[in-house]
Amino acid sequence: MLNNVGRDIPEEVIETTKKEVFKGVRYYDGHVYEKKGPETKCVIRSGGDKLVAGIRDVLLKCGIKDGMTLSFHHHFRDGDYIVNMVMKEVHELGIKDITICASSLGKAHDPLCDYIEDGTITQIQSSGVRGRVGQAISEGKLKGYAIMRSHGGRVRAIESGEVKIDIAFIGAPTCDDYGNCRGIGGVSNCGVLSYSMVDGDYADKVVAITDCLVPFPNFPAHISMTKVDYVVEVEAIGNPEKIATGAAKPTTDMRKLMMADYCTQFVINTPYFKDGFSYQTGVGGASIASTISLAKVMKERNIRMGFGVGGLTKPMCDLLLNNQVDCLLDTQDFDLDAVKSVQNMKHFRISASEYANPFNKGAIVNKLDFVILATLEVDVNFNCNVVVGSDGVITGAQGGHPDTAAGAKCTVVLTPLLQGRTPAVCNEVTTVTTPGESIDVVITDYGIAINPARQDLIDCMKEVKLPFKTIEELRDIAFSIAGEPKKVAFEDRVVGIIESRDGTIMDVVRQVKKRA
Amino acid sequence: MKIVKPAVAGTLESSDCQVTVESGQGEVELELTSSVISQYGEQIENVIRETLDKLAVESVKITVVDKGALDCTIRARVECAVYRANGQTGPWREIA
Repeated sequence: MLNNVGRDIPEEVIETTKKEVFKGVRYYDGHVYEKKGPETKCVIRSGGDKLVAGIRDVLLKCGIKDGMTLSFHHHFRDGDYIVNMVMKEVHELGIKDITICASSLGKAHDPLCDYIEDGTITQIQSSGVRGRVGQAISEGKLKGYAIMRSHGGRVRAIESGEVKIDIAFIGAPTCDDYGNCRGIGGVSNCGVLSYSMVDGDYADKVVAITDCLVPFPNFPAHISMTKVDYVVEVEAIGNPEKIATGAAKPTTDMRKLMMADYCTQFVINTPYFKDGFSYQTGVGGASIASTISLAKVMKERNIRMGFGVGGLTKPMCDLLLNNQVDCLLDTQDFDLDAVKSVQNMKHFRISASEYANPFNKGAIVNKLDFVILATLEVDVNFNCNVVVGSDGVITGAQGGHPDTAAGAKCTVVLTPLLQGRTPAVCNEVTTVTTPGESIDVVITDYGIAINPARQDLIDCMKEVKLPFKTIEELRDIAFSIAGEPKKVAFEDRVVGIIESRDGTIMDVVRQVKKRA
Repeated sequence: MKIVKPAVAGTLESSDCQVTVESGQGEVELELTSSVISQYGEQIENVIRETLDKLAVESVKITVVDKGALDCTIRARVECAVYRANGQTGPWREIA
């Protein structure tokens, strides 16, 4: 069945998942539903603690068995130890048919491939997957579907009962013996625990794993003891140094700096750039550079940001230090400066639900003026792909891309016109993750294209000296330099589902064809 | 042109390609790996073969490791490797 972005969703997938196809970002606005609560084991006895000797013991106490759903969070990104640590024990216990429900998975989780091969793990639900696990899914090694959800979409799926988490694991930088968790104050700090907050609220069993046990009460708790069943102390939960891998360094690449400059020029010429505006960026080199150049203009014109949202990095936290923003709202820290900034009184921790869940009574993304995003591909209909590489292999994550794009008044996508040889602007993206109706402007090193649906933005740029082009012109320039790419060949078998933030099917990912 | 000795041109940096030529068995034996093989594999192979034709190389074992280089880069790296293998500096201006 054709969906709202022109993707043909196979009937077989609709039948097995009982999902609808995507019908537009506002299709579910005003929808009424009832939330499903977790099974809860009361603790009435006084005294005592919740400490358990090790991962294996806690798995047994939680009643681990075949077919369960285990959840994880990815605040440690490439430095995460928790997922591998838990899955190793699950594997050694001979448990099969596990569903992993993670806020994201990355290169740190390459060892999971063995557990996919032997049937320990048969389903994966994540924002996305990088590294060998992505390769394995694209080669069809996973028995079930890999479901890719945005950060807001994951909360929706859990709160609405679409996913039932049996055991949630929280890597807690500090924790007391009764389960009060914090993202700071320990030896391995990740700053916030925002993605885990919904797991704490909705999982039947909640396990805090820490490498820094502190005296009770570990307050103010980021995740309360009232949600936590057991506490396990281990040697190390993660390597904070690896949080910032591949991102967050100020770029010296002239091409990216130029794109950042185009972006700032565009932003300051919109009507939304005024005192009290709100702003979020991704963590690509150009996005980070655009925050730095925007801060300069804000200072010159004496304009103050009302609030900044993140996915935070140093340049955003510098705005707070330099008194250029009223407050920061934080779901994840992408470098150690941001982790440190969490202690600032105007740096507020928010849950992933507050951040981006489309099925609550209003999320922060709805109040955004600007979001500056990146993309792997964008097509002539402004649809973006941030999950599947141009070679057809799963290699990225939705993150908050569709959530912030849908919410912000002005959604800017920054991308070099060519990613290596591959044109970033193309006829049809490999897989749609964010619909074109949410994307307002595409900024490349060869020119800027405004979505024709935003005549208001086109009008206010009339006098602005920037290299404006149509999206088709950008595509043509890309093809003239690199040549038109051949379509990647896929098998018929569907290996992954790109879920829209409201739970409908945005697109499917098929198994890649082996080259002869 | 004859491949007198083995020669290499190019790097393994992104957007470049590394071309190695060695003496062949009377034909063009091409080994190609590329980060964009599924989208541009045929195109890259055509460019390599055309460039070898132009240089009248009939016998060569050529290995190309491509990291997403544009056609102009691939052409330049192949030419350079062949001229090095032939022991001469190319008449660069004439080829263009």
